[in-house]
Amino acid sequence: MIDKVVDNAATAIKDIHENAVLMLGGFGLCGIPENSIQALLKQGTKGLTCISNNAGVDDFGIGLLLKTRQVKKMISSYVGENAEFERQLLAGELEVDLLPQGTLAERIRAGGAGIPAFYTPAGYGTEVAEGKETREFNGKMHLLESWLLADYSLVKAWKGDTEGNLIYKGTARNFNPMMAAAGKITIAEVEELVPAGELDPNTIHTPGIYVQRIFQGKAYEKRIEQRTVSSPS
Amino acid sequence: MLDKIGIAKRIAKEIKDGSYINLGIGIPTLVANYIPEKINVVLQSENGLLGIGPFPSEEQVDADLINAGKQTVSMTPGSALFSSAESFAMIRGGHVDLTILGAMEVSENGDLANWKIPGKMVKGMGGAMDLVASADNIIVAMQHTSRSGDSKLLKKCSLPITGLSCVKKIVTNMAVLDILPTGGFQLLERAPGVSVDDIKAATQGKLHVPDNVPEMTF
Repeated sequence: MIDKVVDNAATAIKDIHENAVLMLGGFGLCGIPENSIQALLKQGTKGLTCISNNAGVDDFGIGLLLKTRQVKKMISSYVGENAEFERQLLAGELEVDLLPQGTLAERIRAGGAGIPAFYTPAGYGTEVAEGKETREFNGKMHLLESWLLADYSLVKAWKGDTEGNLIYKGTARNFNPMMAAAGKITIAEVEELVPAGELDPNTIHTPGIYVQRIFQGKAYEKRIEQRTVSSPS
Repeated sequence: MLDKIGIAKRIAKEIKDGSYINLGIGIPTLVANYIPEKINVVLQSENGLLGIGPFPSEEQVDADLINAGKQTVSMTPGSALFSSAESFAMIRGGHVDLTILGAMEVSENGDLANWKIPGKMVKGMGGAMDLVASADNIIVAMQHTSRSGDSKLLKKCSLPITGLSCVKKIVTNMAVLDILPTGGFQLLERAPGVSVDDIKAATQGKLHVPDNVPEMTF
């Protein structure tokens, strides 16, 4: 048995260095590694490249690291909920690569799966295609897109065990499984950490081989961006 | 002229029984409220859910269950959850039958622009480029003109493109139009109180007008 458990977020992220390339799981604020982000904020590491579907909101998620100017570059698909992000981008203070969401997901998946590049129809004929190889398959044009890799992947799961096996809940899965596989060092935070053997192997979403460090997260805020409810009829 | 709900109601009439559908943010999301009861469809959310249900009750709200617009949702019986990579495999693999999304501009050959205004707005394309590059059937919900009255149905898009020759049908506040395979907007229906001349004046791209243009019914 390989014990991957670390005490807390601060210990887990301690060796993340300046100019590191990070992947951060989550869609909007759903399934983001809240504890690791807070620890990075406290540690103050700068020059980070963050690969994440979104950039958080002004005062939560990656938005916190943008505010403290710890982020040098963002690779994302949608950043519409963060005014500070938009300001830094339009002012030329932040490097940004915006990618089609499916291309982002597949580039990360490819990174973890050892596939250096693949063709996709998404973005053909748009500015995303600039400088990229194109090729026709079945009469339709496609773009060559390369894998994405990270020094560290910061993922969040619902349950995990001491071997690093992970189970996600609801739509909090999103980018977390592919990022877990694409990080040289993957740091998983979980709401419930259990001893190996307690999770049903049939239900594991991320096998422990992809996870190097795991810790029991605490004080999850799980902020909701758009709280929409049915009016009682 | 139609309001947003009117556009959503008219698009709901296009939906076929048994389809898997992805709804974009804004008016497209409203379409779900007007799908007739006898029509059974499954709504796909690109953040990893098949089977989006209605908004939850206060007690059921779950931060771990949202749609692509980051709104809290519920799941219908028979739902499935998956990763973003799996979700876009469904989309690019052609398994989603219909995509409904918003637009800033559409050109007469079906090019779509909806993700960027250079120098002003940078929100990103999200899943729109993957969706429009792959879906067999794309319906656009949009306003026919800008607030200042400029046409958004153009010869050529002026804004950065989301996808080339991808739009099949457009429902605006003024009209229902198809994009002809050979190019041009085919006028099919007009909104209540809107004349063919109004639509002509509001359409910059090539407009094909048949002899009889019926008023929309709902």
